[in-house]
Amino acid sequence: MPLSYTIAVIAIPLFMFLFLGLAGVKMSRKLTGVLGVLGMAVTTVIAYGVALTYFFGTGQGQIADGVRQAVTVFNPDWLSFTDTLVVRMGILLDPIAAMMLIVVCTVSFMVHLYSLGYMSDHDGNPEEGFQRYYAFLALFTFSMLGLVVATNLFQIFVFFEMVGVSSYLLIGFYYSSPAANHASKKAFIVTRLADLFFLLGIMILSYYTGTFDFNQLVFGSNGANDMAVAQSAIASAGGATFLGCSVTAWALTFIFIGGAGKSAMYPLHIWLPDAMEGPTPVSALIHAATMVVAGVFLVARLFPLYVIEQGAMEIICVVGAFTAFYAAAIACVQSDIKRALAFSTISQIAFMMTSLAVSSADGALIEIHGGTGLGYMASMFHLFTHAMFKALLFLCAGAIIHAVHSNENDKMHGLHKFMPITSIAFLIGCLAIAGIPPFAGFWSKDEILVAAYHKGFFWGLWMSMVAGMTAFYMFRIYFLIFFWKKHEVHTHHAPKDQPWTMTLPLIILAAVSVVAGFVPAHDLVTWNGHHLHTQLDWTVAGSSVAIALVGILLAYKLYFKENDLPERMKNAASGLWTAAYHRFYMDELYQFITHKVIFQGICVPIAWFDRHIIDGFFNMLANATGSASFAIRRLQSGSVQSYVYIYLVGALALAAVTMVCVLI
Amino acid sequence: MDYSQFLLMPQELGLLLVFLLVFIYDTFMPQRSQDKLPLFTTILFALFTIYSFVPCQMGHAFGGMFEANPATWVMKNILNLGVLLVLLQSIKWSNSDHVAVRRGEFFELLLLTLLGMYLMISSRHFLLFVIGLETASLPIAALAAFEKKYYESREAAAKYIFTAVFSSAIFMLGISFVYGMSGSLYFTDIATSIIGHKSALLIAAVAFVIAGVGFKLSLVPFHLWTADVYQGAPTAVTSYLSVISKGAAAFSFLVILVQVFGSAYADVWEWMLYALIVLTITLGNLFAVRQRNLKRFLAFSSISQAGYIMLGIIAVNTTGMASMMYYILVYIFSNLAAFGVIGVIERATGKVSMDDYNGLFRTNPWLAFTMMLAMFSLGGIPPFAGFFSKFFIFVGACQQGSVAIYVLVLIALVNTIISLYYYLLVVKAMFLRQDDCAIPYIDSHWTEELGLTVSVFGIILLGVASGVYAQFDAISESVKNIFALI
Repeated sequence: MPLSYTIAVIAIPLFMFLFLGLAGVKMSRKLTGVLGVLGMAVTTVIAYGVALTYFFGTGQGQIADGVRQAVTVFNPDWLSFTDTLVVRMGILLDPIAAMMLIVVCTVSFMVHLYSLGYMSDHDGNPEEGFQRYYAFLALFTFSMLGLVVATNLFQIFVFFEMVGVSSYLLIGFYYSSPAANHASKKAFIVTRLADLFFLLGIMILSYYTGTFDFNQLVFGSNGANDMAVAQSAIASAGGATFLGCSVTAWALTFIFIGGAGKSAMYPLHIWLPDAMEGPTPVSALIHAATMVVAGVFLVARLFPLYVIEQGAMEIICVVGAFTAFYAAAIACVQSDIKRALAFSTISQIAFMMTSLAVSSADGALIEIHGGTGLGYMASMFHLFTHAMFKALLFLCAGAIIHAVHSNENDKMHGLHKFMPITSIAFLIGCLAIAGIPPFAGFWSKDEILVAAYHKGFFWGLWMSMVAGMTAFYMFRIYFLIFFWKKHEVHTHHAPKDQPWTMTLPLIILAAVSVVAGFVPAHDLVTWNGHHLHTQLDWTVAGSSVAIALVGILLAYKLYFKENDLPERMKNAASGLWTAAYHRFYMDELYQFITHKVIFQGICVPIAWFDRHIIDGFFNMLANATGSASFAIRRLQSGSVQSYVYIYLVGALALAAVTMVCVLI
Repeated sequence: MDYSQFLLMPQELGLLLVFLLVFIYDTFMPQRSQDKLPLFTTILFALFTIYSFVPCQMGHAFGGMFEANPATWVMKNILNLGVLLVLLQSIKWSNSDHVAVRRGEFFELLLLTLLGMYLMISSRHFLLFVIGLETASLPIAALAAFEKKYYESREAAAKYIFTAVFSSAIFMLGISFVYGMSGSLYFTDIATSIIGHKSALLIAAVAFVIAGVGFKLSLVPFHLWTADVYQGAPTAVTSYLSVISKGAAAFSFLVILVQVFGSAYADVWEWMLYALIVLTITLGNLFAVRQRNLKRFLAFSSISQAGYIMLGIIAVNTTGMASMMYYILVYIFSNLAAFGVIGVIERATGKVSMDDYNGLFRTNPWLAFTMMLAMFSLGGIPPFAGFFSKFFIFVGACQQGSVAIYVLVLIALVNTIISLYYYLLVVKAMFLRQDDCAIPYIDSHWTEELGLTVSVFGIILLGVASGVYAQFDAISESVKNIFALI
């Protein structure tokens, strides 16, 4: 399949959005859903065709000299302001873009299909707003796909914003619920604030390098990431510094903040748990598998630049490692299943970020130090596997919520008997995320840990610990939902497995979660397009499996059967437990800073200035306009004699005044 | 005579052919097929519009009286697009009972005035220019009186013809002064002979020429006819007057000022134009604020818009010229969208007051939406085309670099804010005001819908793909020497 077909992958979701959004209200709800699924199916098939052609095809020139090249399919000018300031919109395929095409389309298609069942009541009648829902899903898919194939920073930014908008629309899908409204606003404001830094970073970087294009920033003449190109891009800043750091380091840090906003890195993570107010399939698509990895993707895209600016990379490393631990700690005590999964997502994304960051240390200025960029590969690999099993977990959670009508653990318990398929699928997801071989998560997480140990023993140990926590909290959720005690049937319907539209995606994703680890990522998604020789590091692999098993056993001990041990532990460390349960009071801290400090200290004076000075000026303008307009109304008398008279006077005055000015 | 010179005017000849075919159809076709005449004309004109996009030979003809260059070619094509939209919007109207009997004349006169505008654009000799100017002016009086049953329509025509004749007289007086100084009516001859001149005669000549063309552009204080004529004339004629006639006049204004009086720029007409721009933009806005009749309102809005168009001339550079052409293109789409909606509603209900539009969004969402886009574009709200056209025109003016021009651009910016107020008044009426007896749903004719759709796409696409501007820039770069631009 020619790579130029990628345009269809972008165009079909856009068309579906316009079509479902405009014509949807006139069609039956079911039909829009089916059309949405069909559209996405076609998109997915083409995306697979393109991605597989890119990875395995020949004759398209992707592989030259054994290097997997970045292919710019097309890249027309969109806005050309000056010779250098040109904004382009195009399509660029490189290993990570092609991989993301697969990830986004797979998860999106699964979610489209799953939503047919999830967004309907128990009799299979679609909910209100079904058309809107599918239109927004298509908009999101379009934005995300546009983001991953972007050829330049500006395009990424545009689609970053669009992804944010569609996320906002979908979180607030149940717009009559105040919680959903708050959550959507929060998500939008927090990510938008981060994007402000992103924009700043783009502006600084492009000001000094004179380009937005990745082809001139990171890709070398052989079509792969090239340190020399990145070096010269950084060098074009001419060593300019600001507050002791080079301007490019500032720019890259700002860009990372933009990515951190979308990827929910501490302390910008606060929006993600609340985003769970949206429909669960949306959480699976946007807030677990695709949009939240946009930040990781962004850092990976500019990886060579970050490698050179080690300062920025250190920040990423510390932020990532801390977030991984912090989110895992909170996930251990959450009682709301989606919240727990949300924190697990934050922690896993932090794994990817950290992995990228340690990769550069591992091969700082990669070729010079003989490093390999293992972390880069591991990060992208984990992004891929995580998308699959986290989507699986969320969709399982959706099935459970759909069955019991609650997000809380204590409404669930003992569901294994009632929902065996969901239970097994969830178990597979848990095993995958915990890193038990041969499930997908093991392979990718193991590479991350190896990369972390390369950077230093401390980093490796830290990440291993977090990996153990991951196993613990995931199995805690699993046991609490499916076992613990016998399920009390509250509603008229006993919970049961869901219709095929919801079960089929679970089965498919579960199957993928089992086998995804065998994808030869070290061959496909390396940072420089070369094949990367890896081998299983048995000490790391063995110890990480051991830690995971310990975590699982602990969870089994505590949560498999009803007992009072968890309660006693909770009371023993009640302070810590409460703090973690309240997410270490980060939200309250934000509330305090925004309401008490920023609103009172900055906004109130500005509001005064705005009301009295700015508004005053415009009111004056308006009043002056009004009275002037009133005063001159007689000029337009309606009598043609006076028109001609004024005309003549005007022409003569024009001549006379000019004569006076010019000749005298 | 060398007949090959006619090869330089394929657009004029094509238009003449269209006119003749319409004329033949009107005269010889049986009565029962007469109601197909508007559609016939439109389709014929659409074909002609496509045909005129074929690149043609450039050069001078008839001893230098006529010139075809890339800029004139583009300008004529822009006008064609606008006329096509006007035709689309007038098909349904021209078949309504009270005008149906003379609909042929409407289309014939319209096409003839367009031919006059072609000559204005391409002429390089004042005699030919005056012929074009009059061909483009006089039939419009007949068009304005088209609904002669109505008092307003007759009044509009009378006012138009009086002022037009008067302005022509002033204009010719100016030309005779020029002839007295140089002994020629060729643009190039005049230009060379007035280099270094700084006499009262020249100043008077320039002032009168500006007054003459300023009439067509409705620059303040030569604008007083505008509101009455726009209000009284049929909406199709008003929209034609407000965009096509104005666009052609603006372009030929640029040609005359730069090519003929280029050497007198700094001494004479820079300040004249400066004063006229300030007056036009400001007074246009001040009057527009008070209007409740939408056609009258758009008349003043178009006066103010003409001031912005003049900003593209005052800098005398390629950017300004390119911005001006781009501005006219965008203005055509925006204004025709607005007039299209007004025309549909007026045809169906006879209502043209802003208060009648209260609650329009509830009953006619698409019309309201189109009107909103038109208002946003006219007001210069991004990302619609109007924002970019204003932006480019300001950039072009600023490139001239003098402090006075910066002040001028500042005045223009402040006026943009004022203009937003009244453009949004319309939007407010349509979307926010409630009215129990709002205009009921209007089943618009497909031709009207097509015209509006094209305008909407123009407004949105020219904004999104403002790279189109680069094309204009390239054209003006290539004709830079012809017009002696900076």
